[in-house]
Amino acid sequence: MNEKLALSDDILMKIEKPARYIGNEVNAVVKDLNNIDVRFCMCFPDVYEIGMSHLGIQILYGMLNSWDDVWCERVYSPWVDLDAIMRKENIPLFALESQDPVKDFDFLGITIQYEMCYTNILQVLDLAKIPLLAKERGDDCPIVIGGGPCTYNPEPIADFFDIFYIGEGETQYRPLIDLYKKCREEKAGREEFLRRAAKLPGMYVPRFYETTYHEDGTIASFRPTEEGISATIRKELVTDMTDSFYPMKPVVPYIKVTQDRVVLEIQRGCIRGCRFCQAGQLYRPVRERDVEVLKKYAMEMLKNTGHEEISLSSLSSSDYSKLPELIDFLMEECNKRHINISLPSLRIDAFSLDVMSKVQDVKKSSLTFAPEAGSQRLRDVINKGLTEEVILHGSALAFEGGWTRVKLYFMLGHPTETEEDIRGIAELSNKIAATFFDTVPKEKRVNGRVQIVTSTSFFVPKPFTPFQWAPQCTKEEFVEKAYLTRKAISEQLNQKSIKYNWHEADVSVLEGVLARGDRRLSQVLLYVYNKGCFYDAWSEYFHNDVWMEAFAACGLDPDFYSHRERPLDEILPWDFLDCGVSRSFLEREWQKAKNETTSPNCKQACQGCGAARFGCGICIEPRD
Amino acid sequence: MKLRIKFKKYGPVRFIGHLDVMRFFQKANRRAELDVAYTGGFSPHQIMSFAAPLGVGLTSNGEYMDLEVYSLTSCEDVKTRLNAVSVPGIEITSVKILPDKAGNAMASVAAAGYTVTFREGRGPHFDLAPAVERFLKKDEILITKETKKGSREINLKEGIYELKAVDGNSLYLLVDASSAGNIKPMQVVEALFAENGEPLPENALMVNREETYLRSDALELLPLDAIGYDSEEAYKAASGDAE
Repeated sequence: MNEKLALSDDILMKIEKPARYIGNEVNAVVKDLNNIDVRFCMCFPDVYEIGMSHLGIQILYGMLNSWDDVWCERVYSPWVDLDAIMRKENIPLFALESQDPVKDFDFLGITIQYEMCYTNILQVLDLAKIPLLAKERGDDCPIVIGGGPCTYNPEPIADFFDIFYIGEGETQYRPLIDLYKKCREEKAGREEFLRRAAKLPGMYVPRFYETTYHEDGTIASFRPTEEGISATIRKELVTDMTDSFYPMKPVVPYIKVTQDRVVLEIQRGCIRGCRFCQAGQLYRPVRERDVEVLKKYAMEMLKNTGHEEISLSSLSSSDYSKLPELIDFLMEECNKRHINISLPSLRIDAFSLDVMSKVQDVKKSSLTFAPEAGSQRLRDVINKGLTEEVILHGSALAFEGGWTRVKLYFMLGHPTETEEDIRGIAELSNKIAATFFDTVPKEKRVNGRVQIVTSTSFFVPKPFTPFQWAPQCTKEEFVEKAYLTRKAISEQLNQKSIKYNWHEADVSVLEGVLARGDRRLSQVLLYVYNKGCFYDAWSEYFHNDVWMEAFAACGLDPDFYSHRERPLDEILPWDFLDCGVSRSFLEREWQKAKNETTSPNCKQACQGCGAARFGCGICIEPRD
Repeated sequence: MKLRIKFKKYGPVRFIGHLDVMRFFQKANRRAELDVAYTGGFSPHQIMSFAAPLGVGLTSNGEYMDLEVYSLTSCEDVKTRLNAVSVPGIEITSVKILPDKAGNAMASVAAAGYTVTFREGRGPHFDLAPAVERFLKKDEILITKETKKGSREINLKEGIYELKAVDGNSLYLLVDASSAGNIKPMQVVEALFAENGEPLPENALMVNREETYLRSDALELLPLDAIGYDSEEAYKAASGDAE
């Protein structure tokens, strides 16, 4: 046992949930420092319960620790109570397993899953006593490497990272660590290691690139500053999901975390091509894992963790070709073991309703549809292949099966959205309620009613989507749209059956700015962090006024980044990255969106997006 | 068949709260592949019960959990299997089969023994041994107990079964731990300090629960697993006798 704790008993007795900071969880890996060469600290820059729920870190943690010469540990953002104590008492941020300072490590890997965690990255670096700016770090600092979806536009945080790993983590960590060991042997120094790392596939080392700007603020040029550094960086990708590493012994936390279950990643990528969705483009092509391997993994992971629930993970589980076989197997095995099955992202049809009625309590559970837009016109614009007919038919089936609760997810602010489209949200909600009353005879209605929960979020255009050029709504426009939605719902016949939830608008606007921002935004991040902002993803700690003050102080206009339609010939901050999907495909899709024309999904017909160059997954399979 | 499982809790896991220890065992029982009995319904639960919740930060040599199983290989095997899938600092020390008539762990708790050690620089400035002697001579020791509904006065004296200075820096206490009259070691030490005109410094105590006791039919305090059987044979023989 590692008896050592970085925090004193006095502190641990004083703070909320001390179990966040003591390590020693089931399946946590402890190695002997004398037997390893490289210390890697993996960070999720949010609170423990969120970070511990992330599959990507469990994969990389397992993979790095499967190598004898590497010891990978974990660190998360200390919660605000401990943060204050650590600053006051000058306690350096520590990794959970060894409780050693993060600064003593060779690598600090940070997964960057959402824009609102950017200030928490600064918090982690600051508490670790690592200079925030990469160029100020010396040989005594770990190499700070970022990964995850936000690195597909790393520019707003480029100044804080030594390396960004672009793409899926399974492929290049071994070569990177070997290079690190070689450079250390040769005493090559930090700068030289980074120079050589920049030549590995998928590695973006921001210090070797520079941006110049036009007078209007748009980018004039972006290029490497040294000979031999590549002008473009292509994403890394696992070509064979079945052969790739998957963690059989994920760490099991003591305290209840968001995802307290075995997570079985059945496939990566999505065939659908919804035009607002970044993940649907970044993880192309869709690649399935072999069903026999998945069955074996499920049993082994349940045995090794003792979790009482298993969940399938993918962007669209219904599209997995062997789903019925896998679910039959899981239902049989899990039933014997009193294990729950959770099935997110299923399309509602006869098959999924049958499965759901077997694995959950129909009376207590609810159905979820994500039409994302209220009218068929707008669903065609966003290429969401879900029709009103399908939704109403699925609802009717569900109501016959005993369900009485339906959740609906929409986004407000898609390109070309009109008042008519917004009213469609209310009308669709109303039609679903009406379907209940048409389908279920009075005497069979549980409590006599149906509950429709309609939620809207605000659309944030993301890099590498067909909407990367689209203007985002202003906060005022968003609020107006939410108001219109609420009003339209209140005018419906069945309005009493519909509950409406909406998000805060100012966070969505800021997400939009950071998602499509450039290197100059690092000034804004430093400004707000120095003013005490972090945990911006938590509404109680989000201070929009400080952010607005920061933009003004830095002479930057948030509308420039979000509220402007960008011309096709403008250099976008992320243009130097190659996510596999070609620029011309995205341009075609943007044009089709404007023409209200849909595109078939990858199983129906190849759209020539460019991902076929990876030669794997759906791109090399026969089509329907 | 109901098992009474005794375990220790020490090291960093002392900062895991009671509910999380319960969750830990639910998962450990699955990892150990024990033939645990479940409740019915859509979210079945393992049939288990814990004796006395241990506060965050406290260590223990005498924690107990009752677990209903359909079958078992042997008590020793259950212990070995659970220890194989446990974490450092949670260690199973014995597994026994309960007589059918035994009450559940929580309802059975009558008393608990604790060793209390003062952290460096936070001990008493008075001599412990004579102070304890004077303290115990009092007819009543009244303290105010804060409850959810307000505060009420209780007499600690009734619940202190044993109190002695182990050395100049630590005490042994045997106190009421029943749900009706549970006394926390800190309440006793606080009262002792107050009696000697000293405030108890914050987080002054390291507390180890030594044992949890039930009260036998003969009104003796016995360790909670004193009523269990070591093997299925012994259990069956005893059940047969009873019939």
